[in-house]
Amino acid sequence: MQELVRNLQNISFFSNFSPTLLSILVMVAGGVLIATVLAINALVLVYLERKVSAWMQDRLGPMEVGPRGLLQTLADAIKLLQKEDIVPAAADKPLHLMAPLLAFAAPCAAFAAFPYARNIVFGDFNIGVFFVIAITSLTVIAILLAGWASNNKWSLLGGMRAAAQIVSYEIPAALAILVVVMQVGSLSFQDISLAQDGGIHKWLIWHYFPFNLIAFVILFIATLAECNRTPFDLPEAESELVAGFHTEYSGFKWSVFMLTEYAEMLIVAILSSVLFLGSWSSPIPGFLNSGAWGMFWLLAKAFALIFVQMWLRWTLPRLRVDQLMYLSWKVLTPFAFVCIFAVGLWMLV
Amino acid sequence: MLFDFSVAFTFFLIGAAFIGVNLLISRMLQPRHPTAGKLSTYECGEQPIGQSWIQFNNRFYVIALIFLIFDVEVAFLFPWAAVFKKLGLFAFVEMVVFVAILLVGLAYVWRKGDLQWDKPETGKYARAAAPEFYSETPAPAITPKEELVSEPV
Repeated sequence: MQELVRNLQNISFFSNFSPTLLSILVMVAGGVLIATVLAINALVLVYLERKVSAWMQDRLGPMEVGPRGLLQTLADAIKLLQKEDIVPAAADKPLHLMAPLLAFAAPCAAFAAFPYARNIVFGDFNIGVFFVIAITSLTVIAILLAGWASNNKWSLLGGMRAAAQIVSYEIPAALAILVVVMQVGSLSFQDISLAQDGGIHKWLIWHYFPFNLIAFVILFIATLAECNRTPFDLPEAESELVAGFHTEYSGFKWSVFMLTEYAEMLIVAILSSVLFLGSWSSPIPGFLNSGAWGMFWLLAKAFALIFVQMWLRWTLPRLRVDQLMYLSWKVLTPFAFVCIFAVGLWMLV
Repeated sequence: MLFDFSVAFTFFLIGAAFIGVNLLISRMLQPRHPTAGKLSTYECGEQPIGQSWIQFNNRFYVIALIFLIFDVEVAFLFPWAAVFKKLGLFAFVEMVVFVAILLVGLAYVWRKGDLQWDKPETGKYARAAAPEFYSETPAPAITPKEELVSEPV
């Protein structure tokens, strides 16, 4: 952040602005940029999801609006803006409105912590990893709020399930992240990225084989559950709970929850890439490894992971609630502890 | 450092404002024709019965408690992990002891059946609540009812 401001001050147009004013400008511009990018991200990912699912099922997917259906999701967004917003008479109206606001604000804040390239980072927290875990948990409150405020039985059940699911999977996710923190000895994303700079062989996923690989898989599964994606989409489970926590949401408020889901997919994909897949560094040493190329590599890795998330969605059936708890507490958590112990021992000898 | 947090806070506010502005735009574009049917709570087309602000299964509560214990543990583990490289063996042994105590807790909860989403299978309360599942003798076989033979008219 301070570095960005210093770079801006070198440009003659900004040179007589005070540093405080400049940093406020950068902050606001960054925030608006992130919110816009997240909106576009949802449009792109919804289109991709439709196409990926279509190809996996030997269909064509959206083809009508624009070339190869490229404008389909844009048309959907415009349609959703014009939809009537129905708030049930029995609902708690202020809370009903607050839920989508909070749901989208929390992922936005998480994007402040990520490093996008060697010198592009909005807020270089020394506790970045911890911050992202904490701020993404706010989504639980938004979902609970949505479920409770709707005053609908399906919504309440969905909200409760979501809370139980997200808090359960937060433990294995945090423990898997701990494995990386132990090796690097820092909670800052930028330090973790720098430790993996210089080619594919330095990526943390290969170190301490196979424990880091196991930790990566645990992190991937647990974060998938935290995004409420299939096979962990029990909070919405359309066949039993109609739409779960967003049954009573319509129009643009409903689309905010979709926006949030895709924003969270991007967050967890970026998180996994930063921690295990070399962050913004290029897989080939010295190849396109400078400046803004970092952003390209980070997004390329993140989108590859997002593709795997979609692939799983169209491959696996939904879990039952008891299987969900079984997987989190009796499989992932013990295995994560095993990884921590094993890596700790390995580092000592 | 505090400055960096202000960045996150600004992003948080702008995220909320972004949705707020879009909701306003949507409000200007959308039709508004509320009817009693539209505003009723959705219950698969049936008349909604009662409120949903009720007491619900406390299994969610137990999961929340377990989570709380482990989350505090993780919060303790993070600073440990950050300095583990420098402290070496001493820190490792310390943490093994700390985690072992909590793992005993996990084993206890596991054994108690609180990690099971469906009915806990152990404990005196479970046995008292559903004695037929835990009785030593097999449940009596259901005797088929005598078939009704229709009398010739």
